[in-house]
Amino acid sequence: MNAFSAVYWKEVRENLRDRRTLVNALLTGPLLGPVLFIMLMNVMVNRELARADQPIDVPVIGAELAPNLVNALKGAGIDAEPAVADPERAVHDMDADIVIRIAPDYVKAWNKGQPVQVELVYDSSRRDANTAVARVRNVVESYAKREGAMRLIARGLSPATAWPVTVADRDQATSQSRSALMFSFLPYFFVLTVFMGGMYLAIDLTAGERERQSLEPLFVNPVARWKLLAGKLAAICTFSLISLLLSVLAFSTAPWFIPTEKLGIALDFGVHFGARVLLLMLPLIALLAALQSLVSAFAKSYREAQTYLSILMIIPILPSALLSVIPVRPEPWMYAVPLLGQNLGIVQLMRGDGVTGQEVLLCLAGGFAAAALAIIATAVMYRSERLAISG
Amino acid sequence: MIEVKDLHKAFGDVKAVGGVSFTARDGEITGLLGPNGAGKTTTLRMLYTLMKPDAGQVLVDGIDAAADPVAVRRRLGVLPDARGLYKRLTAAENITYFGRLQGMQDAEIERRREALIDALEMRDIAGRRTEGFSQGQRVKTAIARALVHDPRNVLLDEPTNGLDVMATRAMRRFMHQLKAEGRCVLFSSHIMQEVAALCDRIVVIAHGTVVADETPAALLAQTGEATLEDAFVKIIGTDEGLAA
Repeated sequence: MNAFSAVYWKEVRENLRDRRTLVNALLTGPLLGPVLFIMLMNVMVNRELARADQPIDVPVIGAELAPNLVNALKGAGIDAEPAVADPERAVHDMDADIVIRIAPDYVKAWNKGQPVQVELVYDSSRRDANTAVARVRNVVESYAKREGAMRLIARGLSPATAWPVTVADRDQATSQSRSALMFSFLPYFFVLTVFMGGMYLAIDLTAGERERQSLEPLFVNPVARWKLLAGKLAAICTFSLISLLLSVLAFSTAPWFIPTEKLGIALDFGVHFGARVLLLMLPLIALLAALQSLVSAFAKSYREAQTYLSILMIIPILPSALLSVIPVRPEPWMYAVPLLGQNLGIVQLMRGDGVTGQEVLLCLAGGFAAAALAIIATAVMYRSERLAISG
Repeated sequence: MIEVKDLHKAFGDVKAVGGVSFTARDGEITGLLGPNGAGKTTTLRMLYTLMKPDAGQVLVDGIDAAADPVAVRRRLGVLPDARGLYKRLTAAENITYFGRLQGMQDAEIERRREALIDALEMRDIAGRRTEGFSQGQRVKTAIARALVHDPRNVLLDEPTNGLDVMATRAMRRFMHQLKAEGRCVLFSSHIMQEVAALCDRIVVIAHGTVVADETPAALLAQTGEATLEDAFVKIIGTDEGLAA
C-alpha cells in the first residue's frame, strides 16, 4: 500500500468513526438545503395562492360617495371596510396592505363628467402586499374603462375611438424559466453542501492534527509532505462529493413536496439535471477542499480554524446574492470564474435551457485552474517548518 | 550511527542551537542531557529533518540529512516531543498506519506490530481506541508506531516524561533491549538519574552548545566530583532546570 492510499484510507476510516463529521457530511450538509428550500417554497406558494383567490378587506375612505365602484370591488372579492383615520399610518404600521381614498368631490365631478381621483395608498417596498395592490388597481382601472366606454356609447361613439392602441402581452417565459426566477438561490445550497461536507474533515486533518500533536510524528515518516497532503485532500473531496450526491438526490424529490402545478411552473430536478450539476461542481469540490485545508493550516487550534472557515463560508453566497439583485447577461468569461460559473450554469439548467459544451468546458477549466492554484498554495504551506510544531 | 557536526539554528533573534557536535554509536545508548530550554528538542528536530539547520551537517548511517531527508527518516525511529495519537483508531491501528507510511508490506507490519506489542507489554490495550489512554499507554503506543519499521537508529525525546515509576522502569528495560539488539539509541532528558542509569555516553547541552561529551566515568574524573549530580552542576554552571 503506497503512502497516498495509506493516508486516504486512514482518514476516511477515522472520520467515519466521528459522529460530528458524519452528521455534517451525510445529514446536515446535504439535507439542510433541500429542507429549507421546500419549506420556504411551500410557505411562499401558499401565501401567494391564498392572496390571489380569497376575498380581501380593504378600508375605503368615502365609500358612500361611490357605491357603484364599491360594488364593482365587491364583485371582484374586495370588501370595503370602514374608513381608517390615518391611511398613511395604517399602511406604514402594516395594519392595512392598501387603503382606497375616494376624493370628497367625487359625486360632483362624476355628475359633470369630469375625471375624478381614486387614491390608492400603499407601500411598494412591502412585497407581500403587492398582490393585493395589483388586484385593487385592476378592478379600479377596469371599472373606469367600463364607465368610460358607457359614456362614449351614450354619446354615439364607438368605445374603440378612445383606445387607438392596445397592448397585448406575449410573455416568453416558459413554465421552467418562471420557476428559475424563484429558485436563483438554489446554486448556493449546492455550494454550501460541498462546503459543509468537507469542512470538519479539513479542520480535523490539518488544524486538528496539529492541536492533537500528531502532525509532527506524521511528518517524521519517510513520505514527502505533498503525498500526505494529497491523501488528505482526496479524503476531504470524497466526503464533500458524497454530501453533494446526497443533496442532489434530496433535491430530486423536491417537486413532490412543492405544489408546482398550482403555480404553473415546472421543476425538473431529475437525473439529467443532477448529473450536470455534479459535473459543474466537480472543480469546486477540489477548490474548496484545498482552500479549507489552507485556511486550517494557518490556525493553531480546531476552534480557530472553525472561526476562519465560517468566515470563508460567506464568500460562496456572493455570486448568488449578486445575481439575484443585479440580473446580468451571462458573458462567456463569466463561466470561467469559479462559483459564478457554477451559479450561472445551474440557474440555466433550472430554466431548462441546458448548458452548452463550451460553457461546461469554461466552467471546468476555470474551476480546476483555481483549484490547482489553491492546492499548490496549500502544498507550499505544508512544507513550512512552522506547520508541524504544535507548541 | 548518528553524526552531528556543528549544528546551528536560530529562530529570529533567539539562538536555539549554536554549534552542537556529537556522535551516537550503534549498540550504545547516548544521552542528551541539558536543562529545559537548552536546545535538546531543537537539535533532535534537526536530526529527524523536521527543521533545517542554519549551518552544520547531520549524517545518519553516513547519509546526509540535507541531501536525502527521506532516506534519513527511513533509518530513524523517532519518538518526538509531540506524541499525539489518533484517538478514533485503536493502538494497533495507529501502529499499522505508520507501518504503511513506511512502505511496509501488510504481513511484515503485522509481524513487527505483534512483536512490539509484546516487547512493550501493551497487549491489553492494543485493541482499544486510544482516546482516554493514560500517559504511559500513550507513550508505549507512540514508541511502537515509531519503531514498526525496525529502524537501526532510535531517537527518543524525553521518553520518560510524565511516566510513573513502573512505566519509567519498563521504558528503561526497553531501551536496554534496543541497545542489546545493536541499535543506536539517542535520547534526551533533563533528569540526571535517568541519564546516569542508562547511558554509555553523555552529551551535556547548555545554552545551545555541547559542554561535555564523555562516558559517565570520564565525566566524574574530568570534574573531580564524587557524584554525577555534582559533576553536571559543575559543568553546566547552575542546577537550574535540572531534575534529580
